[in-house]
Amino acid sequence: MSFIELESLEKTFTIRRKEGLLKRSKREVRAVDGISFGVERGEMVGYIGPNGAGKSTTIKMLTGILTPSGGRLRVAGIDPSPSSRLRSGRGGPNRERTRLAQRIGVVFGQRTTLWWDLPLKDSYGLMHRMYRIPDARYRENLDRCVELLDLGELLDVPVRQLSLGQRMRGDIAAALLHDPEVLYLDEPTIGLDVVSKARVREFLRELNASQGTTVLLTTHDLTDIEQLCSRVMVIDHGKLMYDGKLAGLHAVGESERLLVVDLERELPPIEDVPGARFVRAEGPRQYLAFPASSSAAPLVAAVAAAYPLVDLSVREPDIEAVIAKMYGGTREERRESLM
Amino acid sequence: MRTRLYATVAAGGFRRHATYRVATAAGVFTNTVFGLILSYTYIALWDERPQLGGYSMDDALAYVWIGQALITVCGLMGGGFEEELIERIRTGDIAVDLYRPADLQAWWFSANLGRSAYQLLGRGVVPMAVGALVFDFTLPAGPGTWLAFLVAVALGSTVSFAIWYLVAMSAFWLLDGQGVVQVAWLGGLFFSGMLLPLNVFPGALGELARVLPWASMLQVPADVYLGKYAGGWQLAGAYAFQGCWALVLLGAGRAAQAAATRKVVVQGG
Repeated sequence: MSFIELESLEKTFTIRRKEGLLKRSKREVRAVDGISFGVERGEMVGYIGPNGAGKSTTIKMLTGILTPSGGRLRVAGIDPSPSSRLRSGRGGPNRERTRLAQRIGVVFGQRTTLWWDLPLKDSYGLMHRMYRIPDARYRENLDRCVELLDLGELLDVPVRQLSLGQRMRGDIAAALLHDPEVLYLDEPTIGLDVVSKARVREFLRELNASQGTTVLLTTHDLTDIEQLCSRVMVIDHGKLMYDGKLAGLHAVGESERLLVVDLERELPPIEDVPGARFVRAEGPRQYLAFPASSSAAPLVAAVAAAYPLVDLSVREPDIEAVIAKMYGGTREERRESLM
Repeated sequence: MRTRLYATVAAGGFRRHATYRVATAAGVFTNTVFGLILSYTYIALWDERPQLGGYSMDDALAYVWIGQALITVCGLMGGGFEEELIERIRTGDIAVDLYRPADLQAWWFSANLGRSAYQLLGRGVVPMAVGALVFDFTLPAGPGTWLAFLVAVALGSTVSFAIWYLVAMSAFWLLDGQGVVQVAWLGGLFFSGMLLPLNVFPGALGELARVLPWASMLQVPADVYLGKYAGGWQLAGAYAFQGCWALVLLGAGRAAQAAATRKVVVQGG
């Protein structure tokens, strides 16, 4: 049995809407529609999909905040769903919940677990008590997090005065003080600048390598996945659409990267470079699309050989675009975002 | 029980509020001014009707300043935490609270205990002292009465927490708790005796007001302070009244919390 195991997991929400004076209509939304997968101990997995695909709902079920409508769910051998905890009887619901919470860490990128008005270190003292972390272990883990996440200067600063990137690092540290075996990260790099993103990624890579922490990560940023995850799962409309390597996703999705070249002057469209497709031009700047699975190097060489090249950049397709391409042309507006 | 955890939460609640010094100063000022206005109103009233509700003029004035001191401690006009909790439910931040290995109600109770303790020191003592300087109102008979008063305040604060916690839980279903908050606010203002002591209320209305939970929040502590409970048995009865309401309402809050966490959608994200 896998460390994290989902079997035909479902979550249905009923949405009631007012129609006229007394009429109410009920509509069922299947936020998670029969998802099955297993994650082994020590894996680092990306869990991606467009907004409203069901990512956060899955995470909430895995942490035991939401009860599944159907299917089975096990995390470290524990069934996290609140209703099963209520049924389990022995020791009551709180014991199961505490048992699970001791073994998982959660970071919600858009929320914080830290005490807003108090210095950062106060929140860590709280974690110390909350997870009953032995003193020596607490010291050791805190020191490590402070060093790797560069929190030393921030410990005495009230959380409300931290920047988003600082707060995120503070939250990640808070989730790790009790040595969780699994770390769920819901959009850990959302809103962060490039430097902060890099630092967070570096830390997670190091954590996974040195502590063997299993990481499940949702994100909208493909670079997170590229740099961290050997495996990616794509979900859309509550269904698992893809489970495998990131490169494979690009192949399946036939996604394209964009080569942006700045020429010395305005020139006719570059249409004679093999493997590239001319998209559009803005004065001396031209946009060429090429398959995401192939290398940009030969393309750059070919363009540089034949044209007066001043500057260039490569744009990665975002996840929504990849998924939109993967599952047909029904989402034209998403493909636009490639442009 | 996880005493150390909840003690840490309570200490955090205390210090959180202690960081807002300007708000505290503004609160002290407001309480003092409001206390002066009510005092002169009561003086006019008790001049016309001496011994109204069994209170002497000095008792009535003490009652005014106890009320001002307890406004935030016992959440007479809002518990002081429910807006934050409702906001967390509305925005979905409550998800963070729910996955923690701690009980939601015990967590908020501890945080509120810390808040109450800070409010007692920060916003209770000063207006009461100012009132005592300006007016010659009744003071407790001795240290025993002060102690008995503090116990009644602690119980009153617990009942207040339980009421406001229930109010906040409604946000899981209503998504916008404002309506319920308004009703609870109005109910608290009237039935806590903040405007007029409950023993002044006439007839059936008075009978009713004196057995509702809001009576625990100001009327009972004030009567303990004024020594209106003759002997240990009467005092024990008053504590039992507060304790029963605390248990019933905390139990209702637990039931609401269980129902909410079992089936209600955590909003957003």
